[in-house]
Amino acid sequence: MTRYLLRKFFIYCLTFVAAVTIDWSIPHLMPGNPVLTLMGRIQIQDPQVAQHVYANYMRSFNLDLPLWKQYYYFWVSLVHGDLGTSILQFPSPVSSIILHAAPYTLGLLVPAILLSWYVGNKLGALAARRKVLDNTLLPFGYMLTATPYMWFSIVLVWVFAITLHLAPVGFAYSPTAIRGFNTTFIFDLLHHWLLPFLSLFLVACGGWAIGMRNLIIYELESDYAHYLEALGAPRRLVRKYAFRNALLPQVTGLALALGAVIAGALVTEIVFSYPGLGYQIYRAITNEDYFVIQGIFLFIIVGVLIANFIIDIVYVIVDPRTRIGMEGGQA
Amino acid sequence: MSLAVDDLQVYYRTLHGDVRAVDGVTFDLADGEIMGLAGESGCGKSSLGHSLIYLTGRMKYIGGTVDLDGAPLPIWDFEAMNEHRFKRISVIPQYAMSALNPTRKIGRLTAELLRSRGVSYRDNVKEFVRRLELVGLTDEVLEMYPMELSGGMKQRTVMVISTLLNPSLLIADEITSALDVSTQKAVAEMLVEFRDRGFVKSMIVITHDISILSQVADTILVMYAGHLAEKAPTSVIINSPQHPYTKRLISSLPEVGVRYAEKRLTGIPGVPPRLLDPPKGCRFRDRCPIATAKCLERPPFRETESGHELACWEVAA
Amino acid sequence: MSTADRTRERPLAPTAGEVATAGEDPVLDEVRPLSGVRETLYFAFRNKKLVFGLVVTTAMLAFAIVGPLIARHPPLAFGGRLGWAPTTREGYWFGTTLLGQDVFAQFVTGLRLAFIVGALGGGIAAVMGMLVGFTAGYRGGIVDELLNMLTNVVLVIPTFALLLVIAAYLNVRSIATEAIFIGLTSWPWAARALRAQTFSLTSRDFVSLARLSGSGSSKIIFKEIAPNMSSYLVMMFILLFGNAVLIAATLDFIGLGPSNTISLGMMMQLSVQNAALQLHLWWWFVPPGLALMTIVGSLYVMNVGLDEVFNPRLRNM
Repeated sequence: MTRYLLRKFFIYCLTFVAAVTIDWSIPHLMPGNPVLTLMGRIQIQDPQVAQHVYANYMRSFNLDLPLWKQYYYFWVSLVHGDLGTSILQFPSPVSSIILHAAPYTLGLLVPAILLSWYVGNKLGALAARRKVLDNTLLPFGYMLTATPYMWFSIVLVWVFAITLHLAPVGFAYSPTAIRGFNTTFIFDLLHHWLLPFLSLFLVACGGWAIGMRNLIIYELESDYAHYLEALGAPRRLVRKYAFRNALLPQVTGLALALGAVIAGALVTEIVFSYPGLGYQIYRAITNEDYFVIQGIFLFIIVGVLIANFIIDIVYVIVDPRTRIGMEGGQA
Repeated sequence: MSLAVDDLQVYYRTLHGDVRAVDGVTFDLADGEIMGLAGESGCGKSSLGHSLIYLTGRMKYIGGTVDLDGAPLPIWDFEAMNEHRFKRISVIPQYAMSALNPTRKIGRLTAELLRSRGVSYRDNVKEFVRRLELVGLTDEVLEMYPMELSGGMKQRTVMVISTLLNPSLLIADEITSALDVSTQKAVAEMLVEFRDRGFVKSMIVITHDISILSQVADTILVMYAGHLAEKAPTSVIINSPQHPYTKRLISSLPEVGVRYAEKRLTGIPGVPPRLLDPPKGCRFRDRCPIATAKCLERPPFRETESGHELACWEVAA
Repeated sequence: MSTADRTRERPLAPTAGEVATAGEDPVLDEVRPLSGVRETLYFAFRNKKLVFGLVVTTAMLAFAIVGPLIARHPPLAFGGRLGWAPTTREGYWFGTTLLGQDVFAQFVTGLRLAFIVGALGGGIAAVMGMLVGFTAGYRGGIVDELLNMLTNVVLVIPTFALLLVIAAYLNVRSIATEAIFIGLTSWPWAARALRAQTFSLTSRDFVSLARLSGSGSSKIIFKEIAPNMSSYLVMMFILLFGNAVLIAATLDFIGLGPSNTISLGMMMQLSVQNAALQLHLWWWFVPPGLALMTIVGSLYVMNVGLDEVFNPRLRNM
C-alpha cells in the first residue's frame, strides 16, 4: 500500500514540476512582452527615461538573464512563497491577493463538492429504485449536468436576487456590514454565500445522480446480487451492497470531476462578484495582470494535487480490493 | 414425496416471441434422492433448475405446479417465494465464483445474509465453521475477502453458505464445469456427503457432464429441447438406456480403455430444434433413427418399469 | 465534463452472440442472432432517448446552419435601437443588446461556433485519446507504462486552469486555436477509458483466435477489434463534443474567447458586464445558455440511448 501511494506521490510531484514549468514557460513562448505592456500603461514621454525604466523593469523581473537562470530563479522565489507582484493592484504581492481570495473560493467549493457528491449519490440511488422516480429525475439530472455553471448563476441571480429580491445580487457581504465575529455579520455572509453555493451545488448534483443511477443499475445486475436474491435476501440488503459498491467508482470520479467544479466556481464568482480566486482571475485577465494569473494557476494546481492525493488515500482505505491486491493477498 | 413437479411450463420472453425452454415437465424426487439433470447445452435444464427457485427477469411462468414436501411452491410469485428460498430450497449457482460480494468479508457477508433472513448468525457460526472445515477450509476464511480465495475455495464456500440452513432441496447448477478434473471429483463427493450428513435432503445436480453424474447421482433425468426424455437410476441410464436420445448420448461418451481404432465415437447428427418455434410432437423426431409418423404426437412421460420413466412411443410399447 | 460519464470505465457488455452470465440460459443464444447492422438499427429507431437526442441535436444544427443565412443584420453591427425586446420590427427577432446589436444574429453565429468548437475540439481529443489509449492497451509493457504516466500527469492538471493561462497570453485568439487547445488538454480521460476497453477486448477469445489463425496485427485491429470499439468510440466522441462546447463557453465567458467574433459564452459575458440582469434584458442572456444546455443535454441523452442500443443488457430497463 505504501508503495502504491509513493508511486502516486511521485506522479504528483512530476505533475507539479511539469505544471510549474508550463506556467513559467508560457509567457516566454507567447508573443508580446509583459514589460512593454507595463510601459504602455505608464506612458513615458522621454525616450531616454523610457529606456532607463525599461532596463529597470527587465532587471527586476529577471528578464535580462539567460532563460535557464530565469527558470532557476522562478523556482527559488516559488520556494520562498514569492509569486511576484500584481501589476494592477501594485504593490500588492500576488501571494497576499491569493491568500485573501482563497478562503472565499474554498468556502464555496468545499461544501459544494462534498454536499453535491453526497446528495447526488443518494438521489441517484433513489432513482434506480423506482421506475417512476427514474423517469422524472433522470431527464432533470441530464438537464442539470448539461447546464453551464455561469448560465445557471446568471439565471439564479436574475430570478431570485434581482426580480424577487430574495437574495443579494453579489459580493461577499453588504457594504454596510461591520466585519467581525458577530451574528449579524455571519448571517450576512451566509446570505451572500447562499446563491453562489446553490448554483454550484445543484449543477454538480445532477452529474453525480446520473452517474450513481447508472452504476447501481449495473451493480444490481451483477452475480452477487442475483445470488443474494436467489437466497431470498430482502431487496434492501441487495440495494445496500449495490450502493456501497457503486460508491467506489464515484470516489475516483470525484478526483476527475474536480477540474470541472473549479472552473464552475471561478465563473460563478464572476457573476456574483464574489471576491474569490475567480473574481481575481477575471480582473487579472481583463487587465493583463500576468503574475496574478500565473500565481492563481499554481495555487489551483497545488490544491488539485493535494485533493487528488487525499482522494487516493481515501480510496485505498475504502476499497478492500485495492488494499488486498497490493499486499499480494491471493490464496 | 420430497418434490413433485407437474406439467411445468416456463418460457423466456424475447422480442421474437416466447422461447419454450421448459415445456410441460413432470417428475418426482424422493427424500434423499440425488437426481442428475443432464442434457445438451440449450436443452432447458438450467432453466428448469432455476424456475424452481428464482425466475430471472426474462423468465415467464406459464403453468404447472411444484410441490415440495407436500406444500406448494409459489414459483410464480417472487415475493411469496422468498419465504422458501434458502430455508426450504436453495441453489448453488453456475456463477458461484463471482457470487460473493467482492467488498465484504465472508464472515460479515454470511452474517448479514442470515440476519436479513431472520436467522441469528451467532447461533449458527459454529456450525458454519464446522462445515467449512468439512470441505477443507478453515475459519480464517471468515476474515477474508472473496478475492483472497482461489476459484475452488470460493466454490466450496458458496456450497457451504447455500446449504447452511439445511434446505429440503438443493439445486446445484453446473458446479463442476469450471473446475479441473480432480477438484471436480472432490466437489462431487462433497455433494454426496452433504446429503449423507443430512445437510440437504434431496438434490438436483444439473450438468452436461454425465461422468460426474455416474459418480454421485442416484437417478438421472435426461432432458432434450424443453421436454423430458428419460428418467431412471444411474446404472440403468449408463448401462441400458432405452430412449433413443439417451442411447446416442451414452454411446457418444468415450469409455475408459477403449481405443479409437477399435470403436469409433458416434455422435448424433443434426442439431437440436430451436425452442422459439419448436416442432410439434416429439422434439427428437428429426434426429431419431426409429421415428415414425406417430411421433408427430408428443409422447407422454410415463413409467415403463419400476423407477424408469420414458417419453417415447416406440420403446414404451 | 459530466461527472455522470466519467464513471464509464466498466468493460463492454458481451456482444450479441457471446454467452452471457448469470441467469441467462444458453437457450437464448439461439434467439439472438449476431448483431448485424439491421438489428442495431431496429433497436436504434425504437429507443426513445436516442431518437429524442438525435432530433433535438439535428434541429439545433440546422438552426446553426440556416440561422446566419437568414439573420437580417451582421452580428457585431451597432445598428438598432438599444435594448429592444424581441420584436418583428426590422427583423430583431431576439431583440437587441444594450448596445444596439442584433441578438438573433449573435445567437446564431455563436451557435455555429459552438458546433465547430465541439466537433473540432472533441474530434482532436478523440483522436489523441484513441491513439494513446489504444497503443497503450494493445502494446502493453513499457509503452503502456510510459503512456500511462503521461496520461496520468496530464489528467491531473486541471485543464481549465491550464487553458486559462495559455489563452490569457494569446493576444489574438481564433476559434481554431481554442478548439485545438481544448482538444489537446481533454484527451486523457478518453485515453484511459479506451485503454481499458482495448485491454478487455484484446484478451478476449476472438482476438486470440485471430492471432492463432495467423492474421497480421493490423488485420486483427481492423477486422476484430475496431468494430467492437467503434460503438464505444462514437459514444466517447459525443461526450468529448459536449465537453468541448462547455469548456469553450466557459473560457469565452471569462474573456478568453475568439477575437473579432461573438460566441454564446461571450454574449453572456457582455450581458453581465452591461448590467443586462439589472435591466431585465432577458433575451440577451437567457437564449445563449439555454442553447448550450439544450445541445449538450440532448447529446447526453442521445448517448444514453446509444448505450442501450449497443449494450443489449441495458435494454431491460
